[in-house]
Amino acid sequence: MQITVTVNDQPYTAEIEPRLLLVHFLRDHLGLTGTHWGCDTSNCGVCVVWLDGTPVKSCTVLAAMADGHEVRTVEGLETTAGLDPVQQGFVECHGLQCGFCTPGMMLTARWLLDHNPDPSEAEIREAISGQACRCTGYENIVRSIRWAAEHPRSEEVPA
Amino acid sequence: MTATEERPIGFGRISRKEDPRFIRGRGNYLDDITLPGMLYGAILRSPFAHARIVSIDTSAAEAHPKVKAVITGETLAGLNLAWMPTLSSDVQAVLATDKVRFQGQEVAFVVAEDRYAARDALELIDVDYDPLPAVVDARRALDPDTAVVRDDLEGKTDNHIFDWESGDKASTDAVFADAEVVVSQDMLYPRVHPAPLETCGAVADMDPVTGKLTIYTTTQAPHAHRTIYALVAGLPEHKIRIVSPDIGGGFGNKVGIYPGYVCAVVGSIVSGKPVKWVEDRSENLMSTSFARDYHMHGEIAATRDGKIQAVRVHVIADHGAFNGTAQPTKFPAGFFHIFTGSYDLTAAHCSVTGVYTNKAPGGVAYACSFRVTEAVYLVERMVDGLAYELNIDPAQLRMQNLLRPEQFPYTCPTGWEYDSGDYPRTLRLAMQMAGYDELRQEQAENRQQFEKTGSGELVGIGLSFFTEAVGAGPRKHMDILGLGMADGAELRVHPTGKAVLRISVQTQGQGHETTFAQIVAEELGIPVEDIEVVHGDTDQTPFGLGTYGSRSTPVSGAATAVVARRVRDRARIVASAMLEVAPDDLEWEKGRFYVKGDPDMGKTMGEIALAAHSSLELPEGVEGHLDATCVYNPPNLTYPFGAYICVVDVDPGTGQVKVRRFVAVDDCGVRINPMIVEGQVHGGLADGVGMALMQVIAFDEDGNCLGGSFMDYLLPTSVECPSWELGETVTPSPHHPIGAKGVGESATVGSPAAVVNAVIDALKPFGVKHVDMPLIPANVWSATQGRPLRTDLAIT
Repeated sequence: MQITVTVNDQPYTAEIEPRLLLVHFLRDHLGLTGTHWGCDTSNCGVCVVWLDGTPVKSCTVLAAMADGHEVRTVEGLETTAGLDPVQQGFVECHGLQCGFCTPGMMLTARWLLDHNPDPSEAEIREAISGQACRCTGYENIVRSIRWAAEHPRSEEVPA
Repeated sequence: MTATEERPIGFGRISRKEDPRFIRGRGNYLDDITLPGMLYGAILRSPFAHARIVSIDTSAAEAHPKVKAVITGETLAGLNLAWMPTLSSDVQAVLATDKVRFQGQEVAFVVAEDRYAARDALELIDVDYDPLPAVVDARRALDPDTAVVRDDLEGKTDNHIFDWESGDKASTDAVFADAEVVVSQDMLYPRVHPAPLETCGAVADMDPVTGKLTIYTTTQAPHAHRTIYALVAGLPEHKIRIVSPDIGGGFGNKVGIYPGYVCAVVGSIVSGKPVKWVEDRSENLMSTSFARDYHMHGEIAATRDGKIQAVRVHVIADHGAFNGTAQPTKFPAGFFHIFTGSYDLTAAHCSVTGVYTNKAPGGVAYACSFRVTEAVYLVERMVDGLAYELNIDPAQLRMQNLLRPEQFPYTCPTGWEYDSGDYPRTLRLAMQMAGYDELRQEQAENRQQFEKTGSGELVGIGLSFFTEAVGAGPRKHMDILGLGMADGAELRVHPTGKAVLRISVQTQGQGHETTFAQIVAEELGIPVEDIEVVHGDTDQTPFGLGTYGSRSTPVSGAATAVVARRVRDRARIVASAMLEVAPDDLEWEKGRFYVKGDPDMGKTMGEIALAAHSSLELPEGVEGHLDATCVYNPPNLTYPFGAYICVVDVDPGTGQVKVRRFVAVDDCGVRINPMIVEGQVHGGLADGVGMALMQVIAFDEDGNCLGGSFMDYLLPTSVECPSWELGETVTPSPHHPIGAKGVGESATVGSPAAVVNAVIDALKPFGVKHVDMPLIPANVWSATQGRPLRTDLAIT
């Protein structure tokens, strides 16, 4: 079947098998390998991307379900304005070690901050609780997201 | 907390060189590698724990239009590759020929045009099995009527692997015979799995023209892999190149060679194309290296007033179907015999019996420092058991028995020579940070309230004091498959003063590209950003045994400091020629040599590097350039230690455990990058909470794995983990060039005992003395009812 998916503002049309998972479409067909695969069962969250502005686990979304929809991946976080504050926060606060969970964590963090610009530690922990990290014990991920909350891009500062 | 220093030169809290690629999704992990014409492999696995293979019919799979090859044990047997050596000098089936010995064992390998087709073809393979009784309970594996797992081994009539002991049995027994108090406890350290978020895999690329085999693979030990492939496949070692790309977490899971890697190699040889094989999560959990699975009977002897005299322990070690434990050859139980812990004992003895069962092979694979994890858990649970028996506060009992600073270097009753330590200082700091006395006060009030009302949560406070032995190791004592555990380093300084360091160890997230550059920066005074660290490619780096057992900093970090000092020695000679003085007349300050008594007369490393490559006439001792190499053979292990205090709230009505606080004071000697050290500790503490409260690879009575997905094998998330409270003391290692010890596994090793001790402490009103991990609500609640469950086995 043929699908057209807009990924990071760029439309892609491809001929795919109907059973193709979104994570494999992004990785194998588009070469966007920043989205990872980790568990098959929607538990680990290393495959998190945005589908129409909402974080989803792309290992349990069919590429066909994204036909006509918008996907945002880690590759879309950095803009001409520079790194997303979430990306900078992860660097500043050592929010990553092996880096495998990082793209999914950052996408959830960006979504959280878009909806709650000043989240408490508990709110951050709840937001990322559907995603696993085996390296950081979550401490520095929480701090990274707090850093991003405290360093919004200028246009994000509430008027 | 944030890293902000500009152009840092040396040790300190600086941001990582690795981060810019990872935060942009531009890491290069194994599954990100795509080669022209690449094919995909998939493995058919056994549904049975123990069964004879009657027949395998691959014809339908071979007829699949996208399938390029189907490989079975029979195919491999023709190439003499059906079996491969393990890291413990046993053999392991690559693809089963005679029978399957654990659920998930590799039976056939399909090579196809894409990963979906390869999976489809697995469904088309028809295997006829004749099921056999499974050996599941290690404690019964040596019973006379038990099925024999390893009848492939000539003359093998039982499931016995080894007996091993350490310490002096006679003197230990004598202490026990006269002891005023003896406390004993059976405990299981259940089977767990490291479960890095990136599973294991390989891309094998055999060039049919040059005969060069390149294996991109998830390995923590690329050089060891190269040598083993040469030995297994009979390939010339110079025609094998192992590339370990970015690794999505290892924790010991990526030390060994797995059948899938060998199958990918065979697939590439057979097809003439590169072949990628990446396991799925169930394959990872069910077939690759597990950890622990130690059934321990511990005893502790003491005087009535709390002087600990001796510890003895017997272990039944479940090694699964093949003895594939990754550990130094002379130590079949790893470093378990450091179970004497942090205490001043008169005597100690352990005996360990290793057995085969119908479970996945492995054994040392989860940030355990070669079974120091099991040792620390054992002794720290025993000390708490003694405290309970004597009704002494567990912190006081530890303080009373800890080794004193003046006893170092200290040789323990089982022979380890602890290099340095100030244990009481570290425990005091942890108690102070936790507000220990106030916590005990709160607990007393909490218990009074509970006794009055019979409801509410119970507060538990648990301690653990650990001593690790890391940085294997002195080559006269330690090798793996005959390969000595020394590591090389090469350092080049280019004419413009920029440096390239090549190391044998392999980061899996520990940040080697940063910390090893910091070591060079500290020694040479070159900015960290001007130093490139090359690793993970055996054609580009010197030989060494890789990263596990917290050995990178103790061994390879030492090699890096030594090689940098060699470069500095060469630089001194060059500088002496430039400044026309004798080398001894030069003083070193970070980044430059200057003439004694005339600080303005000096040359920077950059100037010296350029001169070393120039037409300047050089004195004897330097032929040109500054480059140096070294191999570091550690004189001893390093002994990091720490004091951990965990505070839990337990709901006895449901058995639910909440970790309220966790205070961890680590002493890992000199810290190269404190930010990275803290990150390592954070991760290990989460591991400890996971193992203590939820992670277990359990089996039913037929040997079916009950932990084969993340729906069953529960990982701690951000809501089960508290905000970690870290402290530090610094006791440098006296024999390490920069005084550092390892830290990668300290928290994983030390924290489970603190969590369990806290829960048992909370349950004191119920008279509960022990519950085996994981302390899931059902286990905790049952313990309050006097009916401990066992979640490791379905056997009752």
